[in-house]
Amino acid sequence: MSIRTPLARVRGLGAAKDGTHHWWLQRVTAVILIPLTLWFVISLLSISHADYAAFQQWLSNPIRAGLMATLLVATFYHASLGMQVIYEDYVRPEGAKVAALLVTQFVLFVLGAISVIAVLKVALGG
Amino acid sequence: MAQFNLPPNSVIGKGKTYYAGAGAKNVRRFQIYRWDPDSGENPRMDTYEVDLAACGPMILDALLKIKNEVDPTLAFRRSCREGVCGSCAMNIDGTNTLACTKAIGDVAGEVKIYPLPHMAVVKDLVPDLTHFYAQYASIKPWLQSATPPPERERLQSKEDRAKLDGLYECILCACCSTSCPSYWWNGERYLGPSILLQAYRWIVDSRDEFTGERLDDLEDPFRLYRCHTIMNCTKTCPKSLNPAKAIAEIKKLMVERR
Repeated sequence: MSIRTPLARVRGLGAAKDGTHHWWLQRVTAVILIPLTLWFVISLLSISHADYAAFQQWLSNPIRAGLMATLLVATFYHASLGMQVIYEDYVRPEGAKVAALLVTQFVLFVLGAISVIAVLKVALGG
Repeated sequence: MAQFNLPPNSVIGKGKTYYAGAGAKNVRRFQIYRWDPDSGENPRMDTYEVDLAACGPMILDALLKIKNEVDPTLAFRRSCREGVCGSCAMNIDGTNTLACTKAIGDVAGEVKIYPLPHMAVVKDLVPDLTHFYAQYASIKPWLQSATPPPERERLQSKEDRAKLDGLYECILCACCSTSCPSYWWNGERYLGPSILLQAYRWIVDSRDEFTGERLDDLEDPFRLYRCHTIMNCTKTCPKSLNPAKAIAEIKKLMVERR
């Protein structure tokens, strides 16, 4: 029970002066993922019958390795930004929201790190 | 989690049926949400048979006929009866709209009428709009200027005046905000389409000198960025305005000023 005025409840702690960066990066990652994903799918089709040696040869090209790493980073970063929005929309109470956010961002960060290192390992001759 | 099910005390039961007299020529059934805070009972759907041969063409005409001739306990807001005041906003046939501008003939079959969704109900079709109005007050819906007032009116070019078209017509009926899932789940902090359209009406006004401060007050993950472009607002607006576009324009300005 609160006897604060309705306006006091609306004004609350004030505007966070934040959110634009998050919103913008979500759009930027979405846009760059369109060509990167197309490139990825077309590449997969073109090397679908390659053996490991041929694939390693293919990925050892720095442009391909760079595009692959960018695709993976953008994917996991975009996923992290998107999951944050979903949690903020639906998860209560505040503690559960923060916990869900921390676990998700940790998992996505680790997955991103593993994938990039895997790309490097294959590209550099693992 | 956000609560998706109705709490036990909000589950709607079956109510009474009021039949039209034997002489009725063109009967239409209206199912209307009823809840009386003093009764201690759950809400119910009452059914009223209305003879359209002796009733005006709009939903509001039928509501008034029911209240005047059948059941004076039915509570709803109404004033201008021509889509200008926004008082009679309610959920009719699954869509938020104004009872006074919605024709009975546009609804097929039984007419189901509920109060605006996801708002606390005061009684029957009367929602509690206290928080909504406080949100409106919070955006300072008046012209703010640091320049001392001029001797005569503040001038505005025709082009700048045209930017207010599609914004100034908003009557704050709350149809859009209460149709927005984001406003349902986060209405305490998210300002909702109606208030954001009103905020943009002052942001884009060439005579206003506090554009930056207005954007500052909106730059917030909840106040502005809970809008996910669901577009229910634009679809439901009984004045055919486009709150989703106004919100998109605010987001563009946020990026532009970075």
